[in-house]
Amino acid sequence: MTRISGPSVRLARRAAAVTVVTVTALSATACGDSVGDTSGTGSGSASTLTEIDYYEAAPQNTQLPKLLDECGAQVGVKIEHQQVPRAQFMPKLLQQASSRAMPDLALIDNPDLPQLAATGGLLPLSDAGLTTEGLYPSIVEAGQFQGKTYGIAPGVNGLALYYNKDAFTEAGLTPPKTWDDLTKAARALTKGPRYGIAFSAVGTEEGSFQFEPFFWTAGASLKQLDSPQAVQALTLWKDLVDGKSASKSVVTWTQADVNDQFMAGNAAMMVNGPWQLPTLNENKDLHFGIVPIPIPSPEAKPVTPLGGEVWTVGHSDPAREKNAVAVLKCLLSQDKSLEWSTNAGYIPSNQAAAEQMSASNPQLAAFVEEVATARARTAELGTAYPKASEALFNAIQASLAGGTPPQEALTAAQDAAA
Amino acid sequence: MMADITHSQAAPADVRVRPIGKPMGRSAGVRGGRGGTGWAAFGFIAPAWLYVAAFYVYPLAGNVRMSFQDYTVTSFFTGRAPFVGWRNYEAVWRDPAFAKTVVNTVAFTVGSLLFQFGIGLALAVFFQRRFPLGGVLRSLLLVPWLLPLVVSGTAWRWIMETDSGVLNQALMQVHLIDQPIPWLASTSVSLLSVTLVNIWVGIPFNMVILYGGLQGIPVHLYEAAALDGAGAWQRFRHITLPLLRPVTAVVLTLGLIYTLKVFDVIMVLTQGGPANSSQTLTTFAYDLSFQRLTFGHGAVVGNLLIVVAVVFAFVYLRATRDGEGRAAA
Repeated sequence: MTRISGPSVRLARRAAAVTVVTVTALSATACGDSVGDTSGTGSGSASTLTEIDYYEAAPQNTQLPKLLDECGAQVGVKIEHQQVPRAQFMPKLLQQASSRAMPDLALIDNPDLPQLAATGGLLPLSDAGLTTEGLYPSIVEAGQFQGKTYGIAPGVNGLALYYNKDAFTEAGLTPPKTWDDLTKAARALTKGPRYGIAFSAVGTEEGSFQFEPFFWTAGASLKQLDSPQAVQALTLWKDLVDGKSASKSVVTWTQADVNDQFMAGNAAMMVNGPWQLPTLNENKDLHFGIVPIPIPSPEAKPVTPLGGEVWTVGHSDPAREKNAVAVLKCLLSQDKSLEWSTNAGYIPSNQAAAEQMSASNPQLAAFVEEVATARARTAELGTAYPKASEALFNAIQASLAGGTPPQEALTAAQDAAA
Repeated sequence: MMADITHSQAAPADVRVRPIGKPMGRSAGVRGGRGGTGWAAFGFIAPAWLYVAAFYVYPLAGNVRMSFQDYTVTSFFTGRAPFVGWRNYEAVWRDPAFAKTVVNTVAFTVGSLLFQFGIGLALAVFFQRRFPLGGVLRSLLLVPWLLPLVVSGTAWRWIMETDSGVLNQALMQVHLIDQPIPWLASTSVSLLSVTLVNIWVGIPFNMVILYGGLQGIPVHLYEAAALDGAGAWQRFRHITLPLLRPVTAVVLTLGLIYTLKVFDVIMVLTQGGPANSSQTLTTFAYDLSFQRLTFGHGAVVGNLLIVVAVVFAFVYLRATRDGEGRAAA
């Protein structure tokens, strides 16, 4: 290698020259590209729109492309569909934003909306002639930033308590209404490999989302993570795990894992959302019922977090924006919204449509009841929500998996969030 | 194996140090004079430098720059990120998870290296004896290294499941434990679990390199020592270990750099949780940048990792140079 003879030197030199030329040529084209990028914001014609979402599982990931195709055809545009995993969704969106290639349509998780709207990269939908009339006030609020609407939900969701009817009949129990009922039922139903209850305390937004119904119903606020009410809610969860009514693995389970545990018969109850219904209903041997999340006392007012994604339109050029808004109008229309909700396990964001749907489908009654009083997660803190949420799920994990007393864990969380 | 590594490492250094024109002087084509050879040399070096500049220097400089900026979600849209001096460094220093993460990283790295090397060496010595199916066994041991980490990591996640995982089931069957151990679901055990899996992943690398090193030790030394009455342990202690030193240095420094940058094992198994209990600097940097979206803070941790890796890369270069020197003497 180090000892080179005459002819091969010449050969090598020629090769090197070729390499230099190639590299120079490559870097020249690279420069050309970046110049083109900055000048043409809406590269490509207005007849092809781009869309991004994070649905990875059936039925949502098959239903959404179908709807997009239908609405694209109606408006006369082609929609390029792109799915990325939830954890990489925001980074991907930001990367596209920095290269001036924001997707025309993005279906984003509602707590992320204020952060994205604050960047100025989203089109205010209220100015574009889209209306939020008749939608649940909480989802309208979740789509707003500084008084303007940037995101509108095709459907919403919330959390409720699923219970295994066979297990309850066998134990002679009725579905729990209060926290005391819940603790007693969970203890009574824990038998062999089966735990009384399953929920997700995973270290992501999902963990906070699952905890918030208990946290808010107890009367706690995200502005004060270490209030006595918050401690009370975390103590409930900690007692369930310490009392072996819930698996220690709850800190590693996502909501999809929780659903798997419930379907496999490893949990007699679970906290989960309506998007699991299409999967659960396929399993004919599983008999389950759904009730609202239990409350601390019979007088307490239940407050659950509002779940669901909102459609946003990214800034591009007027022609593209116009087409994107037209597609959005189609996606949010009464019949498409209903189609999406039915097939993907969502509650229509239109209040009247939701009530109509719950009348015809008793499975949805508990969810519709809760969505009516649900709270947008960003309602209290706006753009500061993700930080508080992270502090909260870390406190839950420290308490459930590390034995930190709830008060101590939540005090640390309040310090971290402040 | 060892010879391969040291040589490929030494080659670029040779090219750089050798006075321009001297080795080529023998060839007829280069008689053109000093100026011509200078350009030729530049032509040879340029591609490498262009490559290094575009793919290493530029991103690294970008990362250093970012660590002094308040780089937020908005920055991606506007392209503006105000400089904030050392404030990002202060914020990371004050982050409640930072101290724990540093301790975790040290424990994870030292634990992994110690056992990877120890077990790898034991296996390498073991496989030096010839026995039926030895070759087959040795290649089977490479499996952890060949499998994509996401695949083996997911399998380990199942194995270490608290309630239904085969590890707990097995341990309870043989009555070693009477309560399932929450391998991945407890803040006190999760770091141990990810370290165990990482040791499993790293053993083949250590074994292969050390086995190669063992092949380079002349057999007659062992024969002579045996004639002098040295036992197995003495032969190992006074022949194998000293002669394996250059390889050991390479394996340990490379292993250290590999272990510091381990990401996939932890991401698949615990995502650094529960409650940051298995967070290392690598996963922490990812968490800060891509989950919390505080890119300036993530860049700070990234820089820290780079500094540590560079320090040990120099140690590695020194170690290989020493090794060569000794071999030549």
